[in-house]
Amino acid sequence: MSDKKHMIELPVVGAIQMDRRHALKIMAIAAATPGLVSCEPSAPEADVASVPTPASNPRAKGTAADPDLVAPVVPWQRTLSADELASLAVLCDVIIPADVRSPSASQVGAPDFIDEWVSAPYPGNERDAVLIRGGLVWLDRESAERFGEDLRFRDLTSEQQHAICDDICFVPDASEQHELGARFFDRVRYLTSTAFWTTTEGMTDLEYIGNVALAQWDPPPAEVLQHLGLG
Amino acid sequence: MRRKRQQEYDVIIVGSGAAGGMCAYVLACSGVKVLMLEAGRDYDPVTETPMFQLPKDAPMRGAGTVEKPFGFYDATVDGGWEVPGEPYSSADGTDFRWWRARMLGGRTNHWGRISLRMGEYDFKPHSRDGLGFDWPLSYEDVVPYYDKTEALIGVYGSNEGLENTPSSSPGVLLPPPAPRATELLAEHHCRDLNIPVIPAHLAILSQRLDASRVSRELWPNNAMARRVTEESMRSRAACFFATPCGRGCSIKANFQSPTVLLPPALATGNLDIITDAMVREVTLNARGRATGVHYIDRTTRLDEHVSARVVILAASALESARILLNSKSGLFPDGLGNGSGLVGKYIMDTVGAGVGGQIPALENTPAHNTDGASAMHMYMPWWLYQEQARGRLDFARGYHIEFGGGRRMPGFGFMGGLAPFTEGSYGARFKDDCRRYYGSFMSFDGRGEMIPNADCYCEIDSDGVDQWGIPTLEFHWKWSEHERNQARHMQHTFASIIDAMGGTVTGTIHDDGARAIAAPGQIIHEVGGVMMGTEPRRSVLNQYCQSWEVENLFVPDGGCFVSNADKNPTLSIMAIAWRASDYIVERLASRSLG
Repeated sequence: MSDKKHMIELPVVGAIQMDRRHALKIMAIAAATPGLVSCEPSAPEADVASVPTPASNPRAKGTAADPDLVAPVVPWQRTLSADELASLAVLCDVIIPADVRSPSASQVGAPDFIDEWVSAPYPGNERDAVLIRGGLVWLDRESAERFGEDLRFRDLTSEQQHAICDDICFVPDASEQHELGARFFDRVRYLTSTAFWTTTEGMTDLEYIGNVALAQWDPPPAEVLQHLGLG
Repeated sequence: MRRKRQQEYDVIIVGSGAAGGMCAYVLACSGVKVLMLEAGRDYDPVTETPMFQLPKDAPMRGAGTVEKPFGFYDATVDGGWEVPGEPYSSADGTDFRWWRARMLGGRTNHWGRISLRMGEYDFKPHSRDGLGFDWPLSYEDVVPYYDKTEALIGVYGSNEGLENTPSSSPGVLLPPPAPRATELLAEHHCRDLNIPVIPAHLAILSQRLDASRVSRELWPNNAMARRVTEESMRSRAACFFATPCGRGCSIKANFQSPTVLLPPALATGNLDIITDAMVREVTLNARGRATGVHYIDRTTRLDEHVSARVVILAASALESARILLNSKSGLFPDGLGNGSGLVGKYIMDTVGAGVGGQIPALENTPAHNTDGASAMHMYMPWWLYQEQARGRLDFARGYHIEFGGGRRMPGFGFMGGLAPFTEGSYGARFKDDCRRYYGSFMSFDGRGEMIPNADCYCEIDSDGVDQWGIPTLEFHWKWSEHERNQARHMQHTFASIIDAMGGTVTGTIHDDGARAIAAPGQIIHEVGGVMMGTEPRRSVLNQYCQSWEVENLFVPDGGCFVSNADKNPTLSIMAIAWRASDYIVERLASRSLG
């Protein structure tokens, strides 16, 4: 028991997976911090607490106002069709493509998140469902009108897709005929961004290195202060 | 939780949050037999807090909903501005929002932990500028209780000696955590604007409490209180600077009533708690003394009655006012202890206005951990007292600034509003833009003093009843020029700070303060409605939160406030509740109560 008190327990379920470089950094911090990975015999109390990690919360009623926060579930059914999800996957990847640092939006499940979002039983989400489902139909029609009667957005070349998206990517610049398309695109970009950057892959790409227990809180690194002109 | 072990109780406490929890702790430690009634369900932060859980594992990436307005992982259970089955109404032209939390510990589970003392000016505002009311007590009267409360719950901060920004006694505060990069940058640029940026005071353990010393100092002549306090303090770990405080804290590093106040109170054996007990009415005997309360058992939907020598309402300012107004009798036809007609009157919230900014200097900042103690390490206290005294501002009272930013964990909405900065980039460019702009946004929020006015009040809605059969409240609200002008000043100040930092304001700066100001109730600092004072004609309570008319009835929660300084109220609620509790202990001991 007393040994356990002095150990840091990194949360298994919640901690983001770090790439090796970050893991090494954290380990270096841990190794340099007395009382974190081991303790002196004389150390009176733990420096970093262990965190209980219950698997679920039986006390929660499981309602929307009292959900199980420890083991969350999405209580509603997803509603988009397979075809709509396929269309979304193409658009999500136009918005966030894969590159050397991280995968594309569809590769980390952005269409599924948008499905979860538009299927939620709240007025704002229901409005988004109309905007996005209607937008997908519009996008295919626009593709056909511009590039050929039997072509859908997913069939277009990258250049053709960009030609349409360039006209709808910024609401204030969109022409009157593209205004609805621009609002649709803006919303999909908003949701795709949320979906992508909140994943482990997205947070690793951004080098978000928090949400880990620290033995002590240090001032910002010198390189940060220099970057801000405060060094 | 349903533990009613005693045959008789000295005191019934309605509510388990900041005021109720503090009263239970002080009274139980003093040997008083206490029965606590909590309207919500039992709640244990140690096993229920989603420590480290990620947005991606929550519905809608943790986005706020009507049931969870502060996001999925917020600690609040069965609460928010709307509680199902427990409506309230607003008069025409009023848009009041009433936040409640139906859970053990109430709003202390999710609160911001900001723990600023009211100062000398704040207790005597009317004497200073002729507006509002003076408190029947002074800062000096409350100093020992501020010291004791801070020492008990653990508050980090520093003593800077600034005007009306009190210092704590030596050895009381815990060291503040080192500032984040964004906080240092703001401090650097605020120097030119003569705006002080100093360590914030938050109820978070930046290090473990010195349990032996603190418990000895809090209870020099009470071995039992010392023992339960020391044991409870030893079970609290220091903050490990990860996972947001608003979710609660399973390692007890921040202050919540169910981890800090209730465990030692229960350990005395003098406290019993009944949860799911929605109090409707205080009962009286023929002599006009309180005998107990009626409550609805939420699990059986049956009306129950419990009795005691003393009744303490600590149900939150407006809920306590509601219980008084609903406790009508031949002796008190307008509500209990309401001979002054002031129950429900002069309710206040905090003035809130905010602005965001994008700061180019923060773009591409090298990766580093900016989580810290989740909330702010630094803040700006009000700095223009002298200008106000000279009549140079068009509002009479001050505000402080809460601010933040940095490379925080991405959540719902992350980079969703980037289009104006990138002219709607998408594709590879959008991905690069997100990396570049990550951590470059900052927010500034003003929290200002509202002056009480006769147009802000609540009353029983003649048409309204909740699912427990209890008549509901209707709210009336009007801001004065002081609040509107203050909100405008806030936004213009934040714009000048953002400008000084070389940044761009991301929102709209309103010249009309009415458009800048947050809706009443939105800042969740509602106080007043059961005001204390120096005479029965002009107040409901005396300075010990004791009803002028019903001597064994006390209201030590935010309801007793007669002003609402810019200092967030929870710390003051606890200090005043401790002071009232000491008075109750004395009176019970001398048999002059109940």
